[in-house]
Formats: sequence, C-alpha cells, structure tokens
Amino acid sequence: MIAIIDYNAGNLCSVENALRRLGAQFEVTSDPERIAAASHVLMPGVGEASSAMENLRERGLVEVVKDLKQPVLGICIGLQLMCTFSEEGRTPCLGVFDTAVRRFDPSSGAKIPHMGWNTITGLKGPLFKGVQDGSFVYYVHSFRPEITEEQTIAVTEYAGSPFSGALCRDNFFGTQFHPEKSGPVGARILKNFIEL
Amino acid sequence: MLAKRIIPCLDVKNGQVVKGINFEGLREVGDPVEMGAAYSSEGADELVYLDISASFEGRRTFTDLVRRIAERIDIPFTVGGGISSFEDGARLLDAGADKITINSSAVYNPDLIGRIASHYGSQFVVVAIDARTVADGRWQVMTHGGRKETDKELYSWAREVQERGAGEILFTSMDHDGTKNGYACQAYSKLASFLTIPVIASGGAGSIEHIREVLSDGKADAALAASIFHYGEIRISDLKKSLLASGINVRI
Repeated sequence: MIAIIDYNAGNLCSVENALRRLGAQFEVTSDPERIAAASHVLMPGVGEASSAMENLRERGLVEVVKDLKQPVLGICIGLQLMCTFSEEGRTPCLGVFDTAVRRFDPSSGAKIPHMGWNTITGLKGPLFKGVQDGSFVYYVHSFRPEITEEQTIAVTEYAGSPFSGALCRDNFFGTQFHPEKSGPVGARILKNFIEL
Repeated sequence: MLAKRIIPCLDVKNGQVVKGINFEGLREVGDPVEMGAAYSSEGADELVYLDISASFEGRRTFTDLVRRIAERIDIPFTVGGGISSFEDGARLLDAGADKITINSSAVYNPDLIGRIASHYGSQFVVVAIDARTVADGRWQVMTHGGRKETDKELYSWAREVQERGAGEILFTSMDHDGTKNGYACQAYSKLASFLTIPVIASGGAGSIEHIREVLSDGKADAALAASIFHYGEIRISDLKKSLLASGINVRI
C-alpha cells in the first residue's frame, strides 16, 4: 500500500487521481505507523515552506520521514522540505538532500512564479526510465532547489540559471515539477516510482 | 526554456460543451471530459472550461463535471463562469480545478482577487478581462459576457489585478472575438511590456498564422481559442509543429 502523507499542505486530489489512473492502491494518512509501514511514500503539497514544515512537526513526522527506508517521493513543496533549508520563511528543513532552496532571481526579468511547461535534461536513474531527455513537465513555483552534483537527477533552466528539477539520494526522490499534471511523461515518472 | 502554451476553451452549459454559432443559437458540440481528453492527447497544454449555465442546477452539474475532469485529465485545467465568492473558488478547488478564472465579480468586488490569492496562492487565480475599443481609442472593460459597460480601462485594470494578486490575465478583445481575423496583437504586446504575470490571448484566432503572430509580435505567453479547435479547422498537433518550425518554443 502506498501512503500519501496528509499534512495540510494543499489539495491532494490531483495526486490521488494520478495514482488512481495508474491503478495503484493508496491511502491518505498522517499516522506515523501507517506511513512507516507503507510500500512507497508520497509527500506532495503546495503552499509556504515554514508553515508546511510546522505542519509536519505538529504531526510528529519529521523524524519519521527522515528514517524511511522504502521509496519516498516529494513533489513540489514536499521536495523542498526534504532539502537543507528554504529561503521561504528562512526555514530549516529535513536535510535529506544536501542542497538549499532559493527564490528565483527577480532581477533576471523572468516572470515569477515559474509557471508552465519546461524541459528536463541530464536525466539520471530509475525515476526517468523510458523518459526522453528534453521532455516537457509542468511547473508552478517561486523557489527552487539549487544544483548538487551528487544528487541532482534532472536539470531545468529558468530565470537565467539552472536548478534541480529532480533530486535523489538512496531511497529518497523529489521532483520540483508536478508529475501528476505532466501528461504521459508525468504518468511514466509516477509509474516508475511506484514500480521501484 | 518555458514553452508558450496552447489552450482550447470549452464553454459548458448543463454539462455539455457548446459554442455559440451566433448570439442566440448555441449548439452542442460534445462531452466535456471526452473533448478535454482528446485535446490533451493532441498536445493541448492546458484546458479552460467556462460554465455558461445560468441556473443553480447547471452550476451543480458543473461542479460534478469538474470532479470528473480532474479524475481523467492529466494536464492543468482552469474553470470559470459565475464565480462570485471565496466559497465558489474553494468548491471548485476541492473538486480538482488547478485554477479558477474570475471576470465580472473581480470588477464589482476586487477584494475577491486578493482574498482567494492569499489563501490558495496567486497561481490559482486567473483574472479574465473582456474589453472593447471606444471612440477615443481607449479599451473599455465590459462585464457580464460583454453586455455591461464599466468605467474601467484595460491597462490600468490589468495593472490593478496584478497588484491585487492575480497570477495570470486572460484578456479577450471583444473587437476581435468571433471575427477569425486575428488577435489584438498590439494590445497584448503593450500588456506584456508592463505586466510581470503571464498574459493569455483570446479572441480572433482564425489561422495558425494568427496564433504565431500573437505569441511572437503580441508577446503573449499563451493563446486560447475555441471554435477553430472544436470544428477541426486546426488540429493542435499540426499547429504546434508549425509553431516549432518557425522558432516558437512549444511543447511537442
């Protein structure tokens, strides 16, 4: 059974619908025992980093998430919380990935939030099995994880510089983009994850 | 590089997609979920569904429809039509909409923009503006499907909705809508020159060339159209191939 972590970070129905389309069994839960016992764990979410982090803390999930041994996928704010730090609300995060989350440079003249379809390149690892380099995925965000040589598994460029479109460390994965809204490419990425 | 978006718009009445062939006559053209799925597989980047039902029953049908769209469609979609309160927005978000579009109610109750944006984020709020040119060349903002005049002017209103927290602006030129003679490119280009949020162009698409123009000269971030897609005059896959060949970055 896949667990979707419920920590009051926005609407989960797109992720639920995407899993249903793949025919996957899942439950939405904030119960630490159910999460620890799941085959796969998804941490989606939209919203502001410091309050999302506070929501995880209130539910006693900070250590639970860090200690997970099964495949874990953070999406959007879920990924950002797995980094060391977010500039949004100057928030210390879980530190699963050795990189920080910073605001897009407004002086670049680019529109912020970064919203719409952009390409992912430099794809690495099983999450992107069967996904072509340069595929388009859907993004909506104003803060982005920096590149880390070891853990960046997809690169996207916006506002004049590259950032981590996806990250991986051991059993932990994260996508800054929304696979649940990225058409067939996103469905393939989610399918790859649940087949890990 | 961020791709320019192609957005089919589907007008829905009592659960069916309709497109006015003239002011009174609406004809049904298909099932909203099936049409959305077909556009999505042809390469649409987003979908916009507008509820044009006037009745309470129609509204309730629309919410159920939004739920079915969300179950089936795996690209972002925006819904609108008759949203006049925070609760309307919340109900559609719960049903699975990625964004909502508000039009008349933004004009009469501008605080609504900020109220929804601060709760759900700017990316959730698309403000739609309908306007037409009047005698002195000014763009006058209209409401209620273009039937009611307001004292607002397009550019200052666009700036105001951005400041109030709108995440995107969907501007329809009433002068061009339905003509199939091309979009109001100069107006879009002017909007792009001072706005920091994306602009979706709507009204006037009759050919691939028109869409190319509004995305290049008009500097629009996205082009919306209805009838040219509904009646199969232009296939989205052909449109995108042609745009890409002329150097416009689109998702293939």
